[in-house]
Amino acid sequence: MRYSAFEILKQGLSGNKGWKPVWREPEPKAEYDVIIVGGGGHGLSTAYYLSKVYGMRNIAVLEKGWLGSGNIGRNTTIIRSNYMMPGNQPFYEFSLKLWEGLEQDFNYNAMVSQRSILNLFHSDPQRDAFVRRANAMILSGADAELADEAQLRRELPFLDFDNARFPIKGGLYQRRGGTVRHDAVAWGYARGADSHGVDIIQNCEVTGFDIENGVCTGVQSSKGRIRAKKVAVCVAGSSSRVMSLAGMRLPIESHVLQAFVTEGLKPTLPGVITFGAGHFYVSQSDKGGLVFGGDIDGYNTYAQRGNLPVVEDVAEGGMAIMPMIGRTRLLRSWGGVMDMSMDGSPFIDKTHIEGLYFNGGWCYGGFKATPASGYCYAHLLANDTPHPVATEMRLDRFKRGHIIDEKGQGNQPNLH
Amino acid sequence: MIINHPLLGPRDAAEFVYLGDAALIDRPDPEAENADEQFYEYGYLRDNPAGAHQELWYHEQGDRSWLVVTRDTLTHEITGVKLARDEAKKRGRNK
Repeated sequence: MRYSAFEILKQGLSGNKGWKPVWREPEPKAEYDVIIVGGGGHGLSTAYYLSKVYGMRNIAVLEKGWLGSGNIGRNTTIIRSNYMMPGNQPFYEFSLKLWEGLEQDFNYNAMVSQRSILNLFHSDPQRDAFVRRANAMILSGADAELADEAQLRRELPFLDFDNARFPIKGGLYQRRGGTVRHDAVAWGYARGADSHGVDIIQNCEVTGFDIENGVCTGVQSSKGRIRAKKVAVCVAGSSSRVMSLAGMRLPIESHVLQAFVTEGLKPTLPGVITFGAGHFYVSQSDKGGLVFGGDIDGYNTYAQRGNLPVVEDVAEGGMAIMPMIGRTRLLRSWGGVMDMSMDGSPFIDKTHIEGLYFNGGWCYGGFKATPASGYCYAHLLANDTPHPVATEMRLDRFKRGHIIDEKGQGNQPNLH
Repeated sequence: MIINHPLLGPRDAAEFVYLGDAALIDRPDPEAENADEQFYEYGYLRDNPAGAHQELWYHEQGDRSWLVVTRDTLTHEITGVKLARDEAKKRGRNK
């Protein structure tokens, strides 16, 4: 069924009895051309582009829990392409362009809202660094705009411009950045993939890989053995656990990132705002709640919850730029498990095992990458060569010395 | 999380800085035949287990000692804390 205003009208007049489930719940077949392990945002978008753009049909997505039960439903829903490194920025700009046409492409309302993202700066050197970043963004075809203090005082009068420690001197706007309803992204991709014949199999945990003579021929799962010509792992957050089943060690540590939402408020924040002297990013949901987050907790963990010191740190970051939120009550907080890689950048690559592919290491930037990650992974699976914007995201880049270290922190995952 | 420091007693984890897997104590031999391979694995690859994990914490806002903490990465329960110095000596390091 194609969604449209006409369809809503028609269903409304006929008692809404004609709506159908948007994806099937099939049992696994004995063999597939491609098995995608992980039914989160990236896995589902991989299946969608693989079937739609690259014309493959015999595909299964295996998901341990329910669709979108991982980080696609746990992030702060921000999309942007304000990176700097050559190996990263063209990829994220490709992703932002896909976001811009996504809803028409998969015929599903994902509430893509390009309400802008603003990175505040607080000193002259930081301004220089942001100008450099803005130039790198523009070189990749993205938009970037420098705002001075006077402009921000007019547009966002509630910011604490005269903060004694971190006065606000201006900011870097990306007007095309914004937010998306994250669950709808998973559902839209799932519906689109299903309509192209992809089998989405929930409650099916992969418990092992069948590897013979260095070739992966399928997976062992809680629904039995399933053969496949290609197996594509896409389980960021659990990458080390799953790839250890194939005997691999990864340049990844798992860390928890917490996020928060307040009670609903009247419209206050026009877009996404980030603090430049600490780690704090905030936007306002369409329901009115302020959605915000900060740093990861900083120790290895697979628990989807964090500790209080980071809650305090995030709250301090918020108070440093907008003291008006001090009386707002927190409604909920939660945590998601991140693949923190050794340089803060992701992987979309083959492994040394033929037929086994790996996508992961998204750190806490995976949500914005969802469309491009799936598109580039699908390209790799279909052609066995990386997509032109993802040529640097290789597993062996540390060995070769070609790291993509946006923050220049070195091989210390909890600092990225 | 509360880390039960062997010398100072229970201390809040916020006083500490986290480094990573305690396997970082075992620095490879730079003279070894395949030292480049060993240092690549030492520097970049991690076991990253779900469950018991031995890890290095530095008591920056305390006595500046390094500790080896055994902690469950699924529950955050801490089951053992030792001075990293003692652990390193036990593993054959001279300091």
